[in-house]
Amino acid sequence: MSGLVLRAARIALGERALVGPLDLAVPHGEVVTLMGPSGSGKSSLLAWICGTLDPAFRAEGVVAVDGEDVTALAAHRRRIGILFQDDLLFPHLSVGGNLAFGLPPSVRGQDRRARIEAALADAELEGFAGRDPATLSGGQRARIALMRTLLAEPRALLLDEPFGRLDVGLRERMRRFVFDRARRLGLPVLMVTHDPEDAASAGGAVLHLLAGGAVRRAEPDGEVADALPA
Amino acid sequence: MGTAGHALSGAARSGALLRAAPALTSVLFLGPIGAGLAGTALPAFGWLPAIGGEALSLAPWRALLDAPGFAASLRVTLTTGFAATLLSLGLVVLFCAACHDRALFRRAQAVLAPMLATPHAALAIGFAFLAAPSGMLARLLSPWATGWTRPPDLATVNDAAGISLVAGLLLKEVPYLLLVTLAALNQVRAPALMRAARTLGYGPVTGWLKAVFPVVYPQIRLPVYAVLAFSLSVVDVAIVLGPGTPPPLAVLAVRWFLDRDLALWFPASAAALLLAAIVAASIAAWHVGERLAARLGRRWIASGRRGGGGGAAASLAAGAISLVVALSLASLAVLALWSFAGPWRFPDAMPRAFTTTTWDAHAGALAAPFRATVAIGALSTLAALALALLCLEAEARFGLTPGARALWLLYTPLLLPQVAFLFGLQVMLVRGGLDGTLAAVIWAHLMFVLPYVFLTLADPWRAMDPRLARNAAALGAGPWRTFLAVKLPVMLRPILVAAAVGFAVSAGQYLPTLFAGAGRVATLTTEAVTLSGGSDRRVVGAYALVQALLPLAVYAAAIAAPPIIWRNRRGLAVA
Repeated sequence: MSGLVLRAARIALGERALVGPLDLAVPHGEVVTLMGPSGSGKSSLLAWICGTLDPAFRAEGVVAVDGEDVTALAAHRRRIGILFQDDLLFPHLSVGGNLAFGLPPSVRGQDRRARIEAALADAELEGFAGRDPATLSGGQRARIALMRTLLAEPRALLLDEPFGRLDVGLRERMRRFVFDRARRLGLPVLMVTHDPEDAASAGGAVLHLLAGGAVRRAEPDGEVADALPA
Repeated sequence: MGTAGHALSGAARSGALLRAAPALTSVLFLGPIGAGLAGTALPAFGWLPAIGGEALSLAPWRALLDAPGFAASLRVTLTTGFAATLLSLGLVVLFCAACHDRALFRRAQAVLAPMLATPHAALAIGFAFLAAPSGMLARLLSPWATGWTRPPDLATVNDAAGISLVAGLLLKEVPYLLLVTLAALNQVRAPALMRAARTLGYGPVTGWLKAVFPVVYPQIRLPVYAVLAFSLSVVDVAIVLGPGTPPPLAVLAVRWFLDRDLALWFPASAAALLLAAIVAASIAAWHVGERLAARLGRRWIASGRRGGGGGAAASLAAGAISLVVALSLASLAVLALWSFAGPWRFPDAMPRAFTTTTWDAHAGALAAPFRATVAIGALSTLAALALALLCLEAEARFGLTPGARALWLLYTPLLLPQVAFLFGLQVMLVRGGLDGTLAAVIWAHLMFVLPYVFLTLADPWRAMDPRLARNAAALGAGPWRTFLAVKLPVMLRPILVAAAVGFAVSAGQYLPTLFAGAGRVATLTTEAVTLSGGSDRRVVGAYALVQALLPLAVYAAAIAAPPIIWRNRRGLAVA
């Protein structure tokens, strides 16, 4: 099966069940949004999917990308990209250096420079290659962070509340920027957020993570089925 | 009205005193260094009227250059200094890069901190007991593996190339650099940077080297320079483990300074000054090396190469660090073994019998240097604590922000070869009639204790929640009451840790004790190093063991005390 698939995923911290059991399929080019209050374990789910979950957590289940089970692979072999709330640009590298960090080593020489220039152009930041990332605005940094992730040629994209730190006025522009590019590349996208506007802008399926780990699909009218214990 | 006026002027006075604290501290601990350097530089050019040097000349330099084995001295100084620094930094970086995601990485701090309290000389003596031709390692392998029934004629310690000297330095420099790096890692959001690198497809080792190391290195640059300066100019470890003929430059200078022939003070001063120049040039060369490495590193990063899983590197690094830890522990154990050994012939791995004879015979002789070590350590640490606390309080109260220059000033005593200014300091002390007094030794120790105390205390102090002091002020407490009744108790743990570090630094000082004490103040360290040249391992073992255990006991007490004092205060419990 193509896209990002989770099967029987379950995450717990000590005795506390955070997520699951969860079965989920995110097809190419679609955005699935997972909503839940902060501290509910949304970010732990993403960390587990990309392979960086802290060993203090217990996790089981299967992560598959385009039919390949990647659960046993180390983080760097999974080719699952993630954007965090923090842009996490490397402070010791220039903007161009950060982009080159993402680009695979198989792209060499003239091609390498061309791909970085193209990414800068796509981010509407032509000529910024030599700049110190610390001199960029929040929106510019966020766009570079996305470009860096996309240059690494991921097979799926995770978004961990990526718009939370941006000014309200910038958010909608950045949402369109991210979703447009993910759709153009046909990436399966899983976003976690607690902002309903993020979900509305994504336009795809919306899931709610409830206390105890259960996940429910939101009804079209926005009401959450089974949101309250019977 | 009168009393109010008095109170006001009293407060103003204490405020002015506090405002002067940073300047006073700088004078107290940088003044002697400047004077000492001058007092060494003048005799290097023939000027020391007290012993007849009344004309400036280059004769001391000619004598130095003509000294037999001078070139070899110079060579071994440079090779051992750079080898020890490169190896310890390389090992630390490899360990951090390869093992940062392993459970043992988080435990490293607890294991390493006590190792740092052990004085260099004790570790070096223990290491010599391990590695010498008649040492523990040879005994364990003989005769079944080596066929030796008597100690082989091999230079496994005091070798001319300085290999055992480098190994002895590694035992101490690796834990030091690793602890400094671990502290720096806490300041740079290393896990977040690492997460970004991993999800972009980077292996753990390559990812760490490319995303975290370049951010961490600027934070550990000064400690690395301190290690380089120390390795180039170390005296006590070099006396125990280094080559003897010719010795490294620092040992050569000390030998001449301590010679009965006072005319040797001139070439000794020249050697000490040359060593200072070598250290300065080496730091400059290292800095150029950093630039080159950064340029190559940026190209390597831009290539986008991801690196593998790093399993082999992790095993190698963990193995190497474990070896360093094991050798240190074995060095201490073998000291204890010798001090309780009865008859012990080569190649027996264990003594025939254990006895307390050595301890019984030397308990009386040990008492005096023990008392001196405790007194000098306690007083120099107290003085350093007081100065550091006043500086930090002045910083907070007057909104001073110490810049990079203040940090360099603080590191000055650690970046200069001790021998380059201690002789000049002794000359100054003689002139003031202070040489050979306990006060002079304490002052000399303060120069080295203060930087460590300040550096240990500064980060936790500056991280203290500022709302505590603001709240106290809002409740009507004056600044001094806030300082004494709120800040000091809250900071008890870091203050005690800083005190333990300061005490360990003082207890380990060899050269400052020797020079400022004019050879008349004996501490455990000076006694152990002096005895190490002799042949009775039982006595050396006893002195070195007490020297090692004393700072360890102080450190253990500093760690154990806060939980007892604050047993009913969960808010101050260890996180």
